[in-house]
Amino acid sequence: MTAETVLEARDLHRFYEVKGGMFSQGGTVKALSGATFNLEAGKTLAVVGESGCGKSTLARLVTLIENPTSGALKLGGMDVATATSAEDRRTLRQMVQIVFQDPYGSLNPRQKIGAILEEPLKINTSMSAPERKQAVMDMMARVGLRPEAYYRYPHMFSGGQRQRIAIARALMLKPKIVILDEPVSALDVSIQAQVLNLLTDLQQEMNLAYLFISHDLSVVRHIADEVMVMYLGRPVEYGTRDQIFSDPQHPYTRALLSATPMADPNKKRERIKLIGELPSPLSPPSGCAFHPRCPLVNDRCKSEGPVLHHATSGWDVSCHAVEEGRKG
Amino acid sequence: MSLLDIKNLSVEFQTAHGMFRAVDGVNFNVDKGQILSIVGESGSGKSVSMLALMGLLPWTAKVTADVMTFDGIDLLSISKKERRKIIGKDISMIFQEPMTSLNPCFTVGYQIMEVMKEHLGGTKKELEKRAVELLGMVGIPAPESRLKAYPHQMSGGMNQRVMIAMMIACKPRLLIADEPTTALDVTIQAQILELLVELQKKQDMALVLITHDMGVVAETAERVVVQYAGQQVEKQEVKGLFNHPGHPYTHALLNALPERATDKHLPSIPGVVPGQLDRPKGCLFSPRCEFATDLCHATPPTTTNGVLCHYPLQDGVPTGHPGGQQSKVAGGNG
Amino acid sequence: MSELQAEVQNSTQQISPLRQQLKEFWFYFSENKGAVVGLFFFLFIVLVAILADVISPHAPIEQYREFILIPPAWQEGGNWSFILGTDAVGRDMLSRLIHGSRYSLYTGCIVIAVTLTIGVSLGLSAGFFRGWWEVILMRIMDIILAVPSLLMALVLVAVLGPGLENAMIAISVTYLPHYVRLSRASAVAENARDYVTASRVAGAGKLRLMFITILPNCMAPLIVQATLSFSSAILDAAALGFLGMGAQPPTPEWGTMLAEAREFITSAWWVVTFPGLAILLTVLAINLMGDGLRDALDPKMKRS
Repeated sequence: MTAETVLEARDLHRFYEVKGGMFSQGGTVKALSGATFNLEAGKTLAVVGESGCGKSTLARLVTLIENPTSGALKLGGMDVATATSAEDRRTLRQMVQIVFQDPYGSLNPRQKIGAILEEPLKINTSMSAPERKQAVMDMMARVGLRPEAYYRYPHMFSGGQRQRIAIARALMLKPKIVILDEPVSALDVSIQAQVLNLLTDLQQEMNLAYLFISHDLSVVRHIADEVMVMYLGRPVEYGTRDQIFSDPQHPYTRALLSATPMADPNKKRERIKLIGELPSPLSPPSGCAFHPRCPLVNDRCKSEGPVLHHATSGWDVSCHAVEEGRKG
Repeated sequence: MSLLDIKNLSVEFQTAHGMFRAVDGVNFNVDKGQILSIVGESGSGKSVSMLALMGLLPWTAKVTADVMTFDGIDLLSISKKERRKIIGKDISMIFQEPMTSLNPCFTVGYQIMEVMKEHLGGTKKELEKRAVELLGMVGIPAPESRLKAYPHQMSGGMNQRVMIAMMIACKPRLLIADEPTTALDVTIQAQILELLVELQKKQDMALVLITHDMGVVAETAERVVVQYAGQQVEKQEVKGLFNHPGHPYTHALLNALPERATDKHLPSIPGVVPGQLDRPKGCLFSPRCEFATDLCHATPPTTTNGVLCHYPLQDGVPTGHPGGQQSKVAGGNG
Repeated sequence: MSELQAEVQNSTQQISPLRQQLKEFWFYFSENKGAVVGLFFFLFIVLVAILADVISPHAPIEQYREFILIPPAWQEGGNWSFILGTDAVGRDMLSRLIHGSRYSLYTGCIVIAVTLTIGVSLGLSAGFFRGWWEVILMRIMDIILAVPSLLMALVLVAVLGPGLENAMIAISVTYLPHYVRLSRASAVAENARDYVTASRVAGAGKLRLMFITILPNCMAPLIVQATLSFSSAILDAAALGFLGMGAQPPTPEWGTMLAEAREFITSAWWVVTFPGLAILLTVLAINLMGDGLRDALDPKMKRS
């Protein structure tokens, strides 16, 4: 399989202006600052982080719902910033689709499954109604839905089945990239395994590139090829799955890994305790955003922000302590 | 005698389609200083059984049990007034959503002090001092200033800490935590779980932890009850449960965890949890079970050694199973 | 053409979920006994209005000069050819009431249709585009709301000239803000949901998002509001008629009939009572029905 790069992001930034109210001051929320990554066809890049780390903002940028404040985004070789004609936008749109976390909110409750799945085709293609129906039926069979589901409403389905419908909708336009925004975190364990298997099969079959957004490291470890760990809008570590999971470099990655509960009572691990809370993105700490919670902090961390660069371990880490070889 | 003793607890709800049995014959007991975990997927009745214990179910629910005692007091027969004396003082409960379980109209300090005033009494000065002490105990920095804060001014993790402070204010002997960390981030989850276990040890409380997360169970609980579709399918020590699950459901559930996977394909459980209208006749898990036989489809199993199954597993192999012809597992008869 | 056929095919195959929905709707609606009574009375009025020409014994504006102010048939001096008596110029009360139901329903329907279309379009656009358009629109609506509605309608009719059509326009304008606010609020809430984002990612245009994706999800509260303002529209039209600003004599509109009968309140009770009773019962029936609709359509009221 030739590794075709379908998504290229260079130094993406997205800032939001917050209007000051009567009693509060306005400001700029740096929801995403400096995300650089590549995504190849047939591969999965997992974006990991806690709430407020910018992973949802990243999804909104890649799905073209919002435009980046600065930085370059290329989908399938086309630069998003210069592709402004209606024709180009349509081509770009068909290249990237999204599956959301909440299977209850992501399907229109007043539309039948058939109508939901046909909508992308109706808007973007000139297929006739019988062709569209056939395409929908094929896709429903592909994701494991019965044909009678075509005439049903979303509320008649369980969470797992709704997520199948959402996946089917995302694939109707035969996209190259699918953004999976926490696709299994609202599902029960037994259903989660079914959906993960489906995603794996579909990826192999259609050579899809997944941008897998999640906070669940055990799922990420299972499905990802590459992992990008984010904290407060910045990538802090970016490497292959085996690199990140076997030898995490950044103190935050290490804390995150050790905080994830393991379903094995025999292994009692030494837990790296993180003190304190996630800081507010409205007033991020000076220097390195992680320094108030970091066990390896020194004066340099408090004043100077680190940048993501190739560390001695062989992949990208953004940390002064790793750079200087400080150990806790 | 156990602190909490429940035998054959059932809860039925009146619905438009007749009676629905949300909890079906659940037994367990907790002693002081113990951590019991109730695991199950959505619809397994794990929260309902605890709400029944607290008397917090709506009037459409019918609660029956052979035994339901707390410290020797029969919770089924006592009056509402007596129950209120126990609930909130000796038994308290933490819920999943920290943001909605605190009243947004009152300050944190007021809400903690209200609980204490109700059950312990005392002057305003004393209560305030104790509230500051409690907030410090659950790890809230600068507790004096936080007394005047409203829930929306704090993060989810902080609110959950406040919730915990409120619940341990009266030094309960039994604390029920219903998915206390599901809504929180991973690093905050670790902090809160650690706090709960630490407080439980310090105050010698009994802790019932309701969760769907096998990881949380493995790291915190001592004994585990596994529920499926309202029934209690397995009861075991935590190590035994993870090393040698006795019920095919537990077995399959553990195998479906991504972290235990050896292959890119996860061994998933086919189908879904039965609802009110498609309840199987025999064993409730039989339609999804890889070992199911005609006996399983026709007759409900009984509990042996804490496992509700016709052919309890031993080292992953069903005992007494009629053999390889019907089952996919070759040589699976013990 | 082929699309149309497919559509027809679809609709024949869709019946079962639709029927299920109707069944569920009827289950919740019929739990409210008052609503069922209201519904049947309303259907009765509708039937009367449709068949007015057939069932009314006389023409509504024909004057029987020899039978002026005849009391109802069961009273002394009554005449069985004028069951509910006659008015001051000898017109049959019953026939006038029967024909009056047409005007009342007509007013209600037109007012609802106009306010619903304009109000929902404005509200959706405000909730969807936000920004200065929303600010301007909503402030105008606030101003309309700040003026007492009957006074507002009176002023508008005074400007446009008295008459039933102008009264309807005036009433529609005073009702507009309710619909704009309601649909704007729903649109804002729905716009943030994931399924709207999904449609957007699929490339749906603004009109499609507004009317096909979002609108059906905002309908439940709008339908309830529509039923409730149906009755107020009838009431307001009657009030304008009573004040001489609505339908003009000899139109047998209930409010206008009341106004004409004012001077006979003490001498001939039937000329005042029957139109008043007709208004009261119709409005009551529609309000009861609206209550039931709210029970059936509001998901928050649903149990189990």
